[in-house]
Amino acid sequence: MLITCPYCGPRDVIEFTYQGDGNRERPQPNSQDLDAWNAYVYDRLNPAGDHNEIWQHSGGCRTHLRMVRNTLTHEISSTGFARGDHNAAARHKAGGKS
Amino acid sequence: MAERQIPERLSPLEPVFHPGSHGNFEHGVDVILTETRPGSILQLAAWPGEEKRLIEAIRKVTGLALPDGAGGGVADGAKAVFGFAPGKFTVADAAEGLAAAFAKVVTPAIGTVTDLSHGRTAIRIAGPKAEWVLAKFFAIDFALPAFPIGAGRSTTHHDVFAQIQRTGADQFDIYVFRSFARSFWKALCHASDEVGYEVQ
Ligand SMILES: [Zn+2]
Repeated sequence: MLITCPYCGPRDVIEFTYQGDGNRERPQPNSQDLDAWNAYVYDRLNPAGDHNEIWQHSGGCRTHLRMVRNTLTHEISSTGFARGDHNAAARHKAGGKS
Repeated sequence: MAERQIPERLSPLEPVFHPGSHGNFEHGVDVILTETRPGSILQLAAWPGEEKRLIEAIRKVTGLALPDGAGGGVADGAKAVFGFAPGKFTVADAAEGLAAAFAKVVTPAIGTVTDLSHGRTAIRIAGPKAEWVLAKFFAIDFALPAFPIGAGRSTTHHDVFAQIQRTGADQFDIYVFRSFARSFWKALCHASDEVGYEVQ
């Protein structure tokens, strides 16, 4: 299985670490909303199909990635930086001119 | 006050560094392994949005102009620089003192300078079978069109981080943790056995 890191290009899955469900929204640290905290910690969609996920290219450039992976087929339909402000540094075609 | 002694640099490879030809070299030596021993190895990181200013600082200090694009790099024989992550660069210099030079130019508003001169070991593999030997170690494409001269790659060999810069058509410089360098070197020698290798 290959995952295309937006910086490094296609790499073996062994270089990546799953960082969890990408649908979670962490409440503000001072939030007293117990339902929101409960949802953040426990509630998962667990879909049979496309799933928003956070991964890290831990054995490469070490950036955190936002991906959509199909839980039935493992097909990855999109990858991008979890922090979306590195588009300027995104990979150009391997070996190509910028 | 007592005069300060300049510490002598010792190689972590020393006990297993055996110059000469080894392995299956009867039909010729197909790779040459060396330790390049740069005086300075730095990691530079730009805060988001400050990448261009950091690239400009690199040009100012080293005279090296980074090509555009992820993993782009350039080497001139004494100095080398390449991107290894978004907004992050490895810079090496045969001379010492690069960290001090960068500290003057990379202000806290631009980013950070981390001196890894004593924390990394640089190993060079060169020769017609260099690509072929490295392909046994790393699951990345070493072919010249996919990995151009000067470019850098971040990857791992059995959980040991490696940053690789192509410094020639058949030459690669590999930066590994100093504490893992000896074991990496031994593995590289074993991998080079069958093609015949020379340690210089
Ligand atoms: Zn990456």
